[in-house]
Amino acid sequence: MAQGVWAIAEQRDGELRKVTYEVVSEGRRIADALGQELTAVLLGSNIKDKATELGHYGADKVIVADDPRLDPYTTDAYTAVIAQLVEANEPAVLLMGASAQGKDLSARLSARLGVAMAQDCTAFQVEDGNFVAIRPIYAGKAYAKVAFDNSWPNMATARPNVMAVNEPDTSKTAEIIDANVDLSDDALKTKVVEVIKDESGRIELTEADKIVSGGRGMKGPENYKILEELADLIGAAVGASRAAVDAGWRPHTDQVGQTGKVVSPNLYIACGISGAIQHLAGMGTSKVIVAINKDPDAPIFQKADYGVVADLFDVVPALAEEVKKYL
Amino acid sequence: MNIIVCLKQVPDTETQIKIAPDGKSIVEDDIKWIMNPYDEFGVEEALRIKEKFGGEVTVVGLGPKRVTEAIRTALAMGADKGILITDDALEGSDSLATAKALTAAIKDLDYDIIFTGQRGIDDDLGLVGASVAEFLGIPHIALGIKVEIADDQSSVKVHRPVEGQTLVIESPLPVLITAQKGLNEPRYASLPGIMKAKKKPLEEKSLADLGVDASEFGEAARKLKIIELTPPPERKAGKIIEGETPQEKAAELAKLLHEEAKVL
Ligand SMILES: Cc1cc2nc3c(=O)[nH]c(=O)nc-3n(C[C@H](O)[C@H](O)[C@H](O)COP(=O)(O)OP(=O)(O)OC[C@H]3O[C@@H](n4cnc5c(N)ncnc54)[C@H](O)[C@@H]3O)c2cc1C
Ligand SMILES: Nc1ncnc2c1ncn2[C@@H]1O[C@H](COP(=O)(O)O)[C@@H](O)[C@H]1O
Repeated sequence: MAQGVWAIAEQRDGELRKVTYEVVSEGRRIADALGQELTAVLLGSNIKDKATELGHYGADKVIVADDPRLDPYTTDAYTAVIAQLVEANEPAVLLMGASAQGKDLSARLSARLGVAMAQDCTAFQVEDGNFVAIRPIYAGKAYAKVAFDNSWPNMATARPNVMAVNEPDTSKTAEIIDANVDLSDDALKTKVVEVIKDESGRIELTEADKIVSGGRGMKGPENYKILEELADLIGAAVGASRAAVDAGWRPHTDQVGQTGKVVSPNLYIACGISGAIQHLAGMGTSKVIVAINKDPDAPIFQKADYGVVADLFDVVPALAEEVKKYL
Repeated sequence: MNIIVCLKQVPDTETQIKIAPDGKSIVEDDIKWIMNPYDEFGVEEALRIKEKFGGEVTVVGLGPKRVTEAIRTALAMGADKGILITDDALEGSDSLATAKALTAAIKDLDYDIIFTGQRGIDDDLGLVGASVAEFLGIPHIALGIKVEIADDQSSVKVHRPVEGQTLVIESPLPVLITAQKGLNEPRYASLPGIMKAKKKPLEEKSLADLGVDASEFGEAARKLKIIELTPPPERKAGKIIEGETPQEKAAELAKLLHEEAKVL
């Protein structure tokens, strides 16, 4: 019988990503509920020193696959290595983050293994000894509880920013296991030939704890300056509605909504955004929603925890001053 | 360059989702069906590549007869031919089964690039593209926003945005690319395009035609099982911030975000 929960760690340039701590912490809770071990799996090049830290967040074991061909991430190499490890060790549950990398890897890996896969889940549970997952569908207009057939591992990814991170405990140590990487160069068809860094220095939307977002009410690209000033003060990312993106004011990668990014920050401040159903779909799981809009009938107020009916060009700069009191 | 685009039909984004009495599916009565928005980017990109390099664009959809509409839309945009995989036994299939059937239809066609959407805006899974590539034994690149084909037409470079950076990934052909917003601006079907589409070949295939075993498809063969659908947690309208001036409102908001919501 397949045994054990696996949490796939994600690193970039040798640093563990935030979602890794979320997945390992959640993996610990699931492993406890199932009464099984938690194994973290770390792939990369010269990354062994990061394995210890995964133990502090609750991993009993850490399998490390260290190979120059595992940095940077490619679908081909990671799928090949993890598929081999799964076949050799037979874990019951396999979790990763629903990041760009995790969504890509989990999709290919689940097809290679021929197992069920639940993408972008907001909660995991153990019911009658079975692993089940909760996931938003129709961009959050409904939630599905899903179970897995009897093939293993049960695969799922966790939406970033949703699952709680354990307090690290440096007295907890994991057993560290070196994996033999058996990679044939024939299996590696794709290659990263260039990495173009985003120079804004601002945190990315799906990972952001706070987001300040602007819509058509911003009236032009130059006005995003006031959102950026507020965002920089409170450590937020800057998002946009489709209207703003389609007008060419903001890049496509900034769009929040059903056909853009799905985000769930602790704080989402919507400025000059009416709250169309497709926009709400992308940010409805935010913990606290603030709407700043001069139209008191804007639908966004139906979903906002705090609504400010006023001209955003007055309120946003004033808010930037006021938040300084609390920083 | 021969290109295949997989098309999924999904409920229009305006649709209010109603959960059916069985608690596991949605009420489909008043739904307006559209081509998955991400698939439009795939169709557009395929047409642009064809316009530059020549070749043929084939669109493949799987589902009930109504999926013909999405295929006709793609044909009206300029695709050359369509294949509809339709069979009662497919009803309720999960992503793996869907990918298997699509693969069975695609494997004997002549293709250099396959496009799928990065995810369906219905199930929000994003599994079918990578799965089709896996079953065909070809590489895939997810979330493309720019596709550059080498002059000798033997390889492709795809720009793929990930958190905080864009990766440029090179792959030999054939390759499967999942399309997303930013790749292009899809064209609208023109009136002459719509007229022409009516005469373009649209082939229907059953599971038997594809030579696959029907027992691997449909509700009973699902590996990912839906136990229950629920409405999203209710979000109620909260407080409207009081104040005489924008400054007062801003001060009150900052105070509440700090003291009450504890997010500042
Ligand atoms: C297939 C499809 C997919 C879509 N996907 C998305 C998506 O992913 N994301 C998305 O956002 N949309 C999406 N949309 C578009 C969506 O339907 C709306 O058109 C869009 O969200 C509107 O953007 P907005 O709120 O910025 O603009 P509007 O609806 O025009 O609202 C602007 C708001 O700004 C307010 N305003 C104006 N001036 C000021 C001021 N000075 N101070 C304060 N308030 C002001 C106005 O009162 C108004 O409420 C999609 C639509 C379709 C058909
Ligand atoms: N039934 C289907 N018929 C044709 N293509 C599909 C179907 N289901 C999924 N796809 C393709 O796979 C993409 C991702 O869908 P999904 O994995 O269901 O989120 C879609 O955008 C389509 O390109």
